Amino acid sequence: MTTTTDIAIVEAEAPERRRGWLDVVLDFCRRRPLGAIGAAIVVLMILVALTAPMIAPYDPLAIDFAAMLAPPGADHWLGTDAYGRDVLSRIIYGSQTALIVGFGAAFVGSTAGAVLGVGSAYFGGRVDLIVQRFMDIFISFPLIILALAMVAILGNTLPNLIIAMTAPMVPRCALVIRSSALSVREMPYVDAARAAGFSHARIILRHMLPNVMAPYLIMLTSFLGQAILLEASLSFLGLGVQEPTAAWGLMLRGAAVEFAETAPWMALFPGLAISLAVFAFNLFGDSLRDALDPKLRTG
Amino acid sequence: MNDRVSSGALLDVRDLRTEFTTGGGVVRAVDGVSWDVRAGETVALVGESGCGKSVSALSIMGLVARPAGRVAGGQILFKGRDLLELPEDDMRRIRGREIAMVFQEPMTSLNPVLTVGRQITEACEIHLGHTEAQARARAIEVLRLVGIPDAERRLRQYPHQFSGGMRQRLMIAIALSCSPDLILADEPTTALDVTIQAQILDLMKELSRSFGAATLIITHNLGVVARYADRVNVMYAGRIVERGTAREIYANPRHPYTLGLLRSVPRLDEPKRERLDPIQGQPPDLTRLPRGCAFAPRCAFAIERCRAEAPPLQSVGGSHLSACWVAQDLPQRSALSPQPSGDGEEIPSSRAQRGISR
Repeated sequence: MTTTTDIAIVEAEAPERRRGWLDVVLDFCRRRPLGAIGAAIVVLMILVALTAPMIAPYDPLAIDFAAMLAPPGADHWLGTDAYGRDVLSRIIYGSQTALIVGFGAAFVGSTAGAVLGVGSAYFGGRVDLIVQRFMDIFISFPLIILALAMVAILGNTLPNLIIAMTAPMVPRCALVIRSSALSVREMPYVDAARAAGFSHARIILRHMLPNVMAPYLIMLTSFLGQAILLEASLSFLGLGVQEPTAAWGLMLRGAAVEFAETAPWMALFPGLAISLAVFAFNLFGDSLRDALDPKLRTG
Repeated sequence: MNDRVSSGALLDVRDLRTEFTTGGGVVRAVDGVSWDVRAGETVALVGESGCGKSVSALSIMGLVARPAGRVAGGQILFKGRDLLELPEDDMRRIRGREIAMVFQEPMTSLNPVLTVGRQITEACEIHLGHTEAQARARAIEVLRLVGIPDAERRLRQYPHQFSGGMRQRLMIAIALSCSPDLILADEPTTALDVTIQAQILDLMKELSRSFGAATLIITHNLGVVARYADRVNVMYAGRIVERGTAREIYANPRHPYTLGLLRSVPRLDEPKRERLDPIQGQPPDLTRLPRGCAFAPRCAFAIERCRAEAPPLQSVGGSHLSACWVAQDLPQRSALSPQPSGDGEEIPSSRAQRGISR
C-alpha cells in the first residue's frame, strides 16, 4: 500500500538564474555569427558617427577648388567631389545624419505603432475595428510614397523628415504588435490589473507593453535599415536632407550623376556606405528575430 | 424577494441579472439573483461550471466583458452605494482598494515581466498614495503575512521563480495590500495541489479574520465550502437554488441539486461504495431554459408542477432557503443509498453486465 512511505511535499523554489547581459551577448555571438557581424558593423558606425570630428581628415563642408574631382589617393583616400570636398569626410559625417534620422524614425515609428497596436488590442471591439481600418489604408501606400507625401506637406527640416518617415512605419508596427497584444489581452493578469483598479493607460503602458517587447524590438531593428534607406532615397530625390549637410543619399545626386563616368568614386563610396549600413542592420535584425522568436509566443 | 436580510450587509446583491448576447441568443448567465455578505463573514457561491458564479463576481467588479455582456438589472449595494450606478472613475477607486479579487489561475494571473515587488507596491501607490518606500515596507509586511520567507529578496524576483502555491500566496498578498473590506476569491484553490489547497484556504481564513475582511469564495468544491464558509449559496443555471449555513447545507440539503452534488463527492468517512453517483444529464442550455425549474430535467424527484412553474426561493426552516417544490419531501442525505434516479435501472444493469462479463 501507499502508507509505507511518507511523502513530504516541499514547495520547491525555482532556482535563481538571471544571466548577466555579458553572457547574453556572448551567447548571441556564438550562436549567430552573422548577426554578430551585423551588430559589429552597427557599433562601428555608431562609433564613427560619435567621433566624426576627430577622425574625419577634412571639414566635410570645406570647398577646395584646387582639388576638384580628385581621384582617390594619398591626400583624399576616397577622392573629392565636384566642389573639392573630401568624400571620406562627407561619408563619416553622413553617418551622423543617417543614424539620427534612422534611429529617430525607427524609434518613434515603432513606439507609436506599439502603443497604438496594444491600445487597439486592449480596447477591442469598435475601437479596434476603426484603428485597424485606418492602418490598412496607410499600409496600402508604399513606404516611399507616403513619406514623400508627408515631406511635401510638412517641408523638409530634419524633425519633419523623421516625422514623415514614421508615418509609413506606424501602421506596419501597429499591425504586428496588435496580433501579439491580442493574446496578452486574454491573459488573466490583464484582468487582474483591471480588478486592481488600474487605469486603461497604466494597463496598456505598464502591464501590456512590456509583454510585447520581443516583436517590438524586432520591428525596431528591421525599421532601422529601412529608415536609413528611406532617408537616402528621400535625400536623393531632393526631398530629404538639404545641401550642404553631409548625407549619403545627397552625395549620390547632382554632380555625382553628371560625372558618373569620369569620377565614379563620388557615387560609389556613399553607395557602398548605404549598402553596408542597411546590410548590417538587416543582418542584426534578422538574427535578433531568430533569437527572440521563441519568446514571441507570450505567456 | 422574500428572503431579504438585514440591510446592514456589507455587500447586498439584489435581483442581479447579467446577460450575454451570443450568436445563439441571449444567455442569462445570472438571472435574478439576490444574496449578501456581512462584514467579516465568509460566504460561498457554489455550483458547477457555467452556473454564473464567476459572472456574479465580475458583475460586482464591473468587469463583465462588453459589448457582449451587460448587467441587465438589479442592484449591487456595497456599503449602501449601488456599484452599478457609480461612474467608472469611482468604481476604479473601489476595485483593489475596497474590493479585491483573487483569481483562479495563479500561474497566469501575475504579470511575467514585472517583479513581484512591483506588482504588490503598484496598488498601494495608486490607491493609498504611498511613497515608494512606504509601499515597499507594506509589500514586505504582506509577504510575511502570507508566509513567504525572505521577503526582501523575494520582492526583486519574477513570478516564474515562484511555485504555484507561492504564487497564489502572492495573489493573496496583492489582494490584501490595500486592506480591502471584501475579497472576492474566484476558485482560489482549483489550480493547486490538494495539500496546498488546504494551506491557502487556512491562510485566507486566518487573514480575512485578522484583517476583518469579508470573503466571497466562489467554488465548485463542496469540501472547501464545508470547511471555510459561514454561509452557502448554491447556484444552478444562473439562479440560487439553496441557501443556508454550511452546516444546514451539509447535514440537511433541501434541494435535489445540492443533494446530487454532495452525493457525487467521494467520502473517506463512509464505507466505500462501488461508484459515485453523478448527477445525470448535462447542465441546461442557458439560451433555452425550461419554463419551470431549470433542474427538473435532471431531477429524480421532479413532479408535474416542477416542469410547469419555477419554484421560488422559500424558507425550509429558519434562514435555510430552498427553491424546490418538493423540498420538504426530499430524503435525508444519509438515507438514500441506492439512488432513486430517473433512469435508475440503467446503472445497476450496466454494473451487472460488467460483473458477468468478468
